[in-house]
Amino acid sequence: MSFDIPDDRRYLESHEWAHEDDGTVRVGISDFAQDELGDVVFVELPDEGDELGQEEEFGVVESIKAVSDLYAPVSGEVTAVNEALFDAPELVNEEPFDDGWMLEIDADDADELEELLTAAEYEDQIA
Amino acid sequence: MPLQTPPLRGIHDERGAKFTEFGGWDMPVEFDSIQTEHAAVREDVGIFDVSHMGQLHVTGPDATELMQRLTSNDVTRLEVGDSQYAAITDEEGVIIDDTIVYRLPDEDDETYLFVPNAGTDESTHERWVDYRNEWDLEATVDNRTDEYAMFAVQGPNAVEPVEAVTDEPLAELERFAARYATIDDVECWVARTGYTGEDGFELIVPWSAAKQIWSLFDCQPCGLGARDTLRIEAGLLLAGQDFDYESDPRTPYEAGIGFAVDLDTEFVGRDTLAEIDREGVEEKLVGFQLIDRGVPRHGYDITNTDGRVIGTVTSGTMSPSLEQPIGLGYVPVEYAEPGTTLQVVVRGRSKKARVEPLPFIDTE
Repeated sequence: MSFDIPDDRRYLESHEWAHEDDGTVRVGISDFAQDELGDVVFVELPDEGDELGQEEEFGVVESIKAVSDLYAPVSGEVTAVNEALFDAPELVNEEPFDDGWMLEIDADDADELEELLTAAEYEDQIA
Repeated sequence: MPLQTPPLRGIHDERGAKFTEFGGWDMPVEFDSIQTEHAAVREDVGIFDVSHMGQLHVTGPDATELMQRLTSNDVTRLEVGDSQYAAITDEEGVIIDDTIVYRLPDEDDETYLFVPNAGTDESTHERWVDYRNEWDLEATVDNRTDEYAMFAVQGPNAVEPVEAVTDEPLAELERFAARYATIDDVECWVARTGYTGEDGFELIVPWSAAKQIWSLFDCQPCGLGARDTLRIEAGLLLAGQDFDYESDPRTPYEAGIGFAVDLDTEFVGRDTLAEIDREGVEEKLVGFQLIDRGVPRHGYDITNTDGRVIGTVTSGTMSPSLEQPIGLGYVPVEYAEPGTTLQVVVRGRSKKARVEPLPFIDTE
């Protein structure tokens, strides 16, 4: 089985991805992670304005069979939450890198992204 | 201890199944997606490999008495080709396991096949042998778990694929009736039973013919994940979860399976159960739906609206059919009435829940 691992973003070992655009970091979970979880039925996310530290737990994604914690790839303030997931959590399965995104963080220090895995390193991890 | 593997492990693997450990067996949990598999069974038909279930064979002049004294239901009511649901209880009336008892065609004597849960076949066999010896009964008890695979073909359209592989008129079988049927030249025990709340059949087939027979069915393969969501919606108990002899001992009356207890028969636990039947239970298994967002899971606390812990969730899921979070759990009887408001504590936060009548979905 092969999984999408776009190389325009960084990854956490815990399977979150982080995509930076002008200091704003969008966060979601990888194709591999959504496949491991199976049908996603519930997503719990922080509120806009919440402050997160790097690798701090920010929420939970639940499939029918499993509960998985979510970790922030960078520290900063939550500036947007994908509320579409509350009514349509299946977007995490269908488009994990696009419409299945979870939140946006105004990064305190975008250099924190450099500490995360590259696409190639993440691919090695899940191989 | 190494995991036991069903005869079809390789075939499931090729089909892309994910696996999980269950009752000491390495079983497929998901083939495509739990929702896809669940929907197939509710709307059409699906096939499960449930070869992890135990198969114990009992025959001999005292076979009926042995079965009668070790199971809670009335075995003497079974004609050849009937089956019944029963609890296996201890002296205190506590459920050790639940099972389906089939009466097979007589060999020299009355003969039974019963199906205890995954991983309990050895201890159940031992229990039967010990009591047989203690009571000095004449019966042979064989553990045939490793001789038979078991498939469940379930769903409103289950008749067609099963009839397609055999000449026997299986559509005529009534619910809980069973008979031998020849499938691809192999004699199989086919029963109108299941664990999904749908119409369907369970096929007990010789291990050696498992691959051959499984491959005859061209319907959605389903894993234990969908089996769990289907049985929760149907309000059916899972051993080790909705009752657990060690960690959550429950009587059949608490667990809502009093219908499988016949107090007019003599069985281990009968006298205590008669007393409980007279006096009533303090706690009962209820179904509930979460009103707030969240998913109830095994082990979460149930509280009353004041926040006092009154029980525990034994099973929970996001119901694929209802698209609502549902669960089962034990609460004091004063909270068991449908419509009662409860709370379930999900990761430290109280979520509103409402007691619902069981089953959640009535399809049969």
